[in-house]
Formats: sequence, structure tokens, C-alpha cells
Amino acid sequence: MTSVPLDTRTRPTRTRRPGHGARPANNLTRGAGLALGISVTWFSILVLIPLTAIVVTAAGGGWDAYVTTLTNSQTFAALTLTVGQSLLVTAINVVIGTVIAWVLVRDSFFGKRALDVIIDVPFALPTIVAGLVLLGLYGKGSPLGVDWANTEMAVFLALAFVTLPFVVRTVQPVLEELEHDVEEAAASLGAGRLTVFRRIILPSLVPAIAAGAALSFARAISEYGSLVLLSGNLPFRTEVVSVRVVTFIEGGNTAAAAAVASVMLAVALFVIVALDIVQRRVARRG
Amino acid sequence: MSVKMKTAVAASLSGVLALTACSAAGGSSSEDQLSIVGFSVLESANEPIFEGFEQTDAGKDVTFKTSYGASGDQSRAIEGGLDADYVHLSLEPDMTRLVDAGLVSEDWKENDTNGIVTSSVVSFVVREGNPENIQAWDDLVKPGVEIITPNPASSGSAKWNILASWAHVVGAGGSDAEAEAFVTKLLQNTISLPPSAREATTAFSEGNGDVLISYENEAILARENGEPFDYIVPDDTLLIENPAAVLEDASDAAQDYFDYVLTPEAQADYATFGFRPVVDGVELPEVEGANDPSDPFPTPGTLYTIDDDFGGWADANTRFFDEEEGIITKLQAKTGTEG
Repeated sequence: MTSVPLDTRTRPTRTRRPGHGARPANNLTRGAGLALGISVTWFSILVLIPLTAIVVTAAGGGWDAYVTTLTNSQTFAALTLTVGQSLLVTAINVVIGTVIAWVLVRDSFFGKRALDVIIDVPFALPTIVAGLVLLGLYGKGSPLGVDWANTEMAVFLALAFVTLPFVVRTVQPVLEELEHDVEEAAASLGAGRLTVFRRIILPSLVPAIAAGAALSFARAISEYGSLVLLSGNLPFRTEVVSVRVVTFIEGGNTAAAAAVASVMLAVALFVIVALDIVQRRVARRG
Repeated sequence: MSVKMKTAVAASLSGVLALTACSAAGGSSSEDQLSIVGFSVLESANEPIFEGFEQTDAGKDVTFKTSYGASGDQSRAIEGGLDADYVHLSLEPDMTRLVDAGLVSEDWKENDTNGIVTSSVVSFVVREGNPENIQAWDDLVKPGVEIITPNPASSGSAKWNILASWAHVVGAGGSDAEAEAFVTKLLQNTISLPPSAREATTAFSEGNGDVLISYENEAILARENGEPFDYIVPDDTLLIENPAAVLEDASDAAQDYFDYVLTPEAQADYATFGFRPVVDGVELPEVEGANDPSDPFPTPGTLYTIDDDFGGWADANTRFFDEEEGIITKLQAKTGTEG
């Protein structure tokens, strides 16, 4: 038992980076070809074509439209608020989400299965309902004696609510697959609990945590429904980007709306790539 | 190209073709079906109008297809191809969009009511018993009064509210600078700017704020639905005018329906939902949600209008709500940064 090869366990094998050896240009079987065709068609209709349309609309306004839109101080304030709160919420999700996943997988307690099901509620609840519930609980006349409505705290609260499940749900299955043997082996070789966590468990979880964090961040920067009642949409204070975009559309300025949207796409892409790099670094170091 | 790659391409293409075929098969309309597109509140208010029209000679074979939503969204949807024969929106700029798109005739305003089919006035909704004793515009800017009003930038219909506060100062002989000072104080007391009137009402009924700037018909409807609100029509306020039009390619039945909407019977039906009639000779029903159900629409001391006091919507929209240079846009930015 002590001879379990630690190395193969601590370094999760990743299939995304195939070797650079000689590989046929395409090795699709007939079935795989069909699957690829369906995937590409579906993905194009739902994602690639609409995203291209946004970028084209934004570019249609020319460079000037970008500059005017983004140097507008109100838009800039909304961008900073949204990105800042989304990063904060994502950071917190990384910690709390992992802890919740851990508790759900490793511990047994009364109500565990119920909790496991309830975690998904923020996904299922229409966001406007979520906003309404949060407003009733944490707004004026709150039974808890707080009044966070129409403050930055409201933005944080709504984003934390809608993004809670992501890290939990990405980490949970990986944690379930993780074998106790390896941890026991490490422990019997003299590793402390912290070392086991840091050297054995965490590296296996990092890809899942990073994936959850990316989803969580992407969801947070685009949130609209749960915020509109709760945050008050006060310019420079609690107005988020998606509300700003609605404003541009109402004003008939689709180029500005698309410009802001494409900036948010770039921000999302940047954060997702950054998380991927972090994850690879950590996974490689072990 | 290998056989397998060809399979992939063929699968993609056939998928696209199948989808094209689906969209081509849709969309057919019958002669007697009228597509009515309107702003949200009309969803319940239109029902008795439809019933009344179906009892007339012109309307007996007509069926209705309806679509309701935020006025701006509905207008953009029609511009984008939503089928419509008769459209009823909450403010003129949303109609202008359809005129610009060539869907509504340039002369849509040329009838007895200037294209307007329902009207209301800007009002204050307060908590039951009016604990803050809000009676007039000046009470809104007292320190500590918390105001909710929909955001004029994201909700076209919220522009009525802000313009009413401006008219309160300028209409009484005040200068533009005095009006700006007043609106600034109003914005400083504003604790929430929900995206639409409906969401503003929801935020208010959840316990936020002391006063909700709204429309008389919204207040009456909320009270009819059991909300514990009171409302005050200030002595000087702005007339809210909701336009309607028949689309260029609509059938004759649409024009018949438009004519019916302006009859005293139809206007009386709208009055039960809190809308002020736009024609004379309407026998007003008991309006359950009004402050005084038997005299539901008291005439304000001074009633400002968008045409007489602001030179029409086209001017007002640019002057007050332009994204960069509008007076209100700038005041919002100023109060926000100084916040």
C-alpha cells in the first residue's frame, strides 16, 4: 500500500495538451464527423454568429464610438463596479464553494442530501424572484436588522447568490473521485494534514476550482435580473454594466451597447485565460 | 478532402438548411385577426375593450392576437418584424421610431385627439395614511424624504416624471437654473432608479422609500389590486399622453378598432383601469381604486403638457435626455459623483 506511485496521482493527466508528435491531420471516423458537424452547426447558430454580430455592430460605430462610450465617466464607473464586485465574488466563491463541496463530499450530517439539492436553487430561480427575496430579507425593514438595499453591498449580495453553485458543482465530482488511499499513503509517509491538502488534494482540485471560478466570474459580470430591484441602479454608485447596456438600447444607441458588450466579452476572455494559466501552473508544480 | 471531413461539412450544411426551412414555414395571418401590440398596463385594461368591439357591427368577426411589454421593447420588436396591426405605446418617441421605420404613417397624429388614446397625470404614491405628509412637489425635496422613480434613461415612460418636476419650477416662472437646482435636490433624495415603472412599484411595495413618483393610472391599478398605498395628484403636474396608431399595412378592421377605442364607451372602460378619457361625453364609472371613486379624476390646478411646455417630444428628448449633453443626463452624473 505504501508503494502507491504518488506522482501519477498528484499530477492530474490533462488531455487538452496532446503531444507534439506526428499526428494525422484528421482522424475522424464517419460517426465522429457527424458529431463534429452537429456540434459546429449548433455552436455557430447559438454562439459564434451572435458574438460575431455583436463585435461587427460595435465596430460599425468605428473607433470613435468606442472611445466616446468608454470614456463616458458613468459607463466607466459601471464597468469598474461590475468587474470589481465580480472578482470579489469569484474570490469568495473559490473559498466558500470549495468548503461547501468538501463538506458535501467528505462529511456526513443530517440534512446533507437536502443541502446537496438546494445548492442548485440559485440556478433554477428566476433572477428577478431572487432579487425580490433578497430585497425583502436584506432591504429596508429587514427581519435581520440590516439595510443593504441600494448600496454596493446589494450588488455583492445578488452576485454572490446567483454564482454560488458554480464552484461547488465543479469541485464536488472531482473530490468524489479522489481516492482516500493516496492521502493515507502520504500521511503514513509522514505528511501532515496541511501538507496532504496542499500537495495531494489541492493540485487535483485546482482545474475544477478554476473552471468554476471562470463560470462564476462570467455569470457575475453579465448579471441583470437579480440586481435591478436590489441595487437601485444609482449612477456612479450601484449601476452595473448590464443596466448601462439597457440604457443604451433604450436610447437607440445600439453601437454603444455593442461596444460595452464587446468590452465585457474581452474582460471575460481575459479572466478565463488568466485562470487557465494559473491552473496549469499550479497543476504542473504540484 | 477526406470522406470523413466531407461528412462533417455535409452535416453542418444540412443542419443550416433544416433551420432555414423551419423559419420559412412560419408566419401566416388571417384577415379577421387583429394583432394588438401595447405597453404592459394594457394587458388587463384592453380586455373589456375587445369585448365591447366584438359587439359592434365592425367587430363581430374579429379575433385578437396580443403582445404586451415595456413600451420601448414593444416598439423595437415591431421595428424588428413583430406582426402588428394596431399599436398603443406609452409615449410618442416610441411611435416616432415606427414612423421612421416606415411602418406607421407620417400623419398618424392627424385625428381629433392628436393620435392620443389614453391619458393620465404624474402622481405621488405614498404609504397608507401618508406618514410623511407629502402634498406637493416641494415636499419631495425636503431632507430625508426617500424617493423612488424609474430610471429615465432606461425607461422611456419615466421621462414623464422628471419632466413634470422640471415643469413645476419653470411653469411657475422659475429659471432654468432654478429648475436644475430643484431636480438636483430631487435626484439627491432618490434612493432607487429601477429600470421600469413596474419594477419601481415592486421595489416600493417591498418597503423601500417614502414616495414613488408614478402615474395616476398605475396608482389606481395598484390600489385595485389591494396594495396598501395612497396617492396624491399634485396641484401642478404633467399630462401623460399615450399614443396609438394603425400600421400602414393593416386591414380595415384595425382602423375600425382604432375608431372604437375613441368612443365614449371604450373610454369609460379604460377609466375603470385609471386612465383619464381623451374625448368628451364619457360617462365615468365608479373607479374603485381612486381616492374618490365617484369623482376619480379631479382636475389639477395647473396641467402642463409636453407640447405646450416643452415644445413636443422631439425637442424635449434631445434637450433633457441626450446621452452626453442632456440636462437630466448631466444632473444625474453630477448627483451620482457628488453622492
